[in-house]
Amino acid sequence: MKKTVVSALALALALAFTGCGNSGNGDNGGANANADVKSEGVMTYAEYVAAPLDSEVVIETYVQAKQSWWEDKATVYTQDRDGAYFLYDMACSQADYDKLIPGTKIKVTGFKSEWSGEVEITDATFEIMDGATYIASANDVTALLGTDDLINHQNEYVAFKGMTVEPADDSGAAFLYKWDGSGEDGDDLYFNVSLNGNTYTFTVESYLCDNTTDVYAAVKNLQVGDVIDMEGFLYWYEGVNPHITSVTAAK
Amino acid sequence: MRNQKQKKRSRSAAVSLGAFLLGTLLLTGCHGSRGMADFAVPEEFDTSRSYEITFWAKNDTNKTQTDIYRQAIADFQELYPNITVNLRLYTDYGRIYNDVITNIATNTTPNVCITYPDHIATYLTGNNTVVPLDELFADTEYGLGGSQVRFDAPSQEEIIPQFLEECSFGGHYYAIPYMRSTEACYINKTYVEALGYTLPETLTWDFVWEVADAATVQDSEGNYLVNGQKVMIPFIYKSTDNMMIQLLRQRDAGYSTEEGEILIFNDTTKELLHTIAEHVKTGAFSTFKISSYPANFLNAGQCIFAIDSTAGATWMGTDAPLSDISEDALVEFETEVMMIPQFDPGNPKMISQGPSVCIFNKSDPQEVLASWLFTQYLLSNEVQIAYAETEGYVPVTSLAQSSAEYQDYLSRSGEDNSTYYEVKIKAATLLLDHVDHTFVTPVFNGSASLRDAAGQLIENVTKSVRRKEEVDSQYMEKLFDDVTSLYRLGQASQAAAGKQELGRLPLTAAILLASLGVAWLLILLYVGCKLIKPLISSKFKV
Repeated sequence: MKKTVVSALALALALAFTGCGNSGNGDNGGANANADVKSEGVMTYAEYVAAPLDSEVVIETYVQAKQSWWEDKATVYTQDRDGAYFLYDMACSQADYDKLIPGTKIKVTGFKSEWSGEVEITDATFEIMDGATYIASANDVTALLGTDDLINHQNEYVAFKGMTVEPADDSGAAFLYKWDGSGEDGDDLYFNVSLNGNTYTFTVESYLCDNTTDVYAAVKNLQVGDVIDMEGFLYWYEGVNPHITSVTAAK
Repeated sequence: MRNQKQKKRSRSAAVSLGAFLLGTLLLTGCHGSRGMADFAVPEEFDTSRSYEITFWAKNDTNKTQTDIYRQAIADFQELYPNITVNLRLYTDYGRIYNDVITNIATNTTPNVCITYPDHIATYLTGNNTVVPLDELFADTEYGLGGSQVRFDAPSQEEIIPQFLEECSFGGHYYAIPYMRSTEACYINKTYVEALGYTLPETLTWDFVWEVADAATVQDSEGNYLVNGQKVMIPFIYKSTDNMMIQLLRQRDAGYSTEEGEILIFNDTTKELLHTIAEHVKTGAFSTFKISSYPANFLNAGQCIFAIDSTAGATWMGTDAPLSDISEDALVEFETEVMMIPQFDPGNPKMISQGPSVCIFNKSDPQEVLASWLFTQYLLSNEVQIAYAETEGYVPVTSLAQSSAEYQDYLSRSGEDNSTYYEVKIKAATLLLDHVDHTFVTPVFNGSASLRDAAGQLIENVTKSVRRKEEVDSQYMEKLFDDVTSLYRLGQASQAAAGKQELGRLPLTAAILLASLGVAWLLILLYVGCKLIKPLISSKFKV
């Protein structure tokens, strides 16, 4: 019985980790690779950005990674060719969640919301669309760190190049389990990286990338002073707080 | 540096469907069968044997608290070298609840577990799952302050009676209190006075709503006059469950009976929701689930009344030792800590909350006794005082509360912004001064769901107003129906704990259910074979 439970949980978790190691191989095509023609009644990204908070929004977007599924609710990172949309606790059966592989086009109806600076779509429903698929390339936003322009790329799949690992706390640790080190293996990892004298806190979100993933292992192996390249999703929590999916030595 | 003190909104904060289904199976599948044998206190603790026990502990994502747990375990193991305590850390009660329910089904519960009485009521639906503590309390050798206990433990009389009673239901004690807190209103006093108001001795709802509405005035460019910023949510409530529960209690309106009859869907509830809706409409009110942590807004000068647990005090105020916002976003203001708003200031009512500890039954009574000894150690002054000082918690024993060490701690309020952080000690003092004004809600199997439903009513109304929906009497009727259905509150038996999810079963739940079915089938086959075998043997006996 215990094995069955463990297997079931492992399967459920494995389904949530497809985002880790996203190769970011860019536009991969379909019949309609170069244009995002929206269906009738669907907002463009610009219209979505202009929509007020708490208003109903209808968008078409492409799954980039799945964070979690729980009680028929899914949290998903999505993006079209113009911008990204974070879908929080979207109504979703497990069968449909399994169909949400990276690149899948979906039509989403929900409410534009903001939580601690993170603009997202909540109380959403969705339908899977046939046709084109799209996986975004990692957009290098290193130069935008510390600028007001960075937030315009919120939730996008992004890259940071040549950043230096800094101590995560007074003990000199390179990373922490949970924000203050109160966690243990399997919890979110927090680590600090700097560029041009400014330090930023990045996160390996354990629902997105658990402790079996390459990125989780890579962060656990970081040493203060390492210079690294990273990819991930430009999440926001009281400021930029990227959910990192890949860490490699700087090229 | 910015830190996310905990995951956005815990995905396990509510009871999972899988847990619900298993809980239901515990209820329905075991009637007539015997689970674990009744626990009886052994005459003597067998120290020639070694014991390994697991302790599932909850912390507030606070490293000092986890360090205290580890230290407590180390100290206990020195006293009892034959007992090894394995710690598993959690940061929310909902996750512990889900995991316990799952592990009841597989007979792999922890030995000692921090939990809420509401949750224990569901655990009790398994047979002899949770150890009743009455006999252990009273045992002269190993009981509370017993002669064979190797540390200074409190007697039963030295546990604060109100806190202990919260752990008693169904005629037995099923837990001991570990820490207690209540809710406090953390106030930007500077802004209250800038708006032309003076804080009363006791906050009232009318006062808070009036000041909150006054703070929503903006200039022609959309800046709020009170703070000069584009953002201002004057009143934010962290736990809307508690908000509704306390509003109803203060109004002497129905919530539930002791037996589990649901009374929450009444006219007073509607009236309270309409009032909340009015102030959401003015922009005066929001919730944690909708906007974010009250502390983040308060410290950025974007909130005036932030209601949160006293156990969240170290995050509140300009000089708070813990903060999630960047230093450049911090605003200087004077922080006042007050009792939550009241309808009748002369007769205040506030919730008592905080972690309790229960012990799960095992086939080996010696293992249970080892668990009890560790549980009792959590009541020692060393653990009680150290943990209480991490937040606006209050020790649960008079022994700890009256100790010179704790009194010295309280007397040094404001000496620094860490151990003696003024806001934290004021929050703890608030509860110490008002223990007699605290209350708890009835505990029954399903009370955890009712609590979730209470909060959901406020969350839904708040969202709806923000989304420009009409909140009228028709809306209220539908809301009541929806929430009743979602949390299965309309069923004759209140045994169900958890939200109702329509549609296909999740895979995990389906697998778990199927596994339970197979297990029962195998048991029946085994019993059947046992019965048939002698018949076959006798038939073919030569």
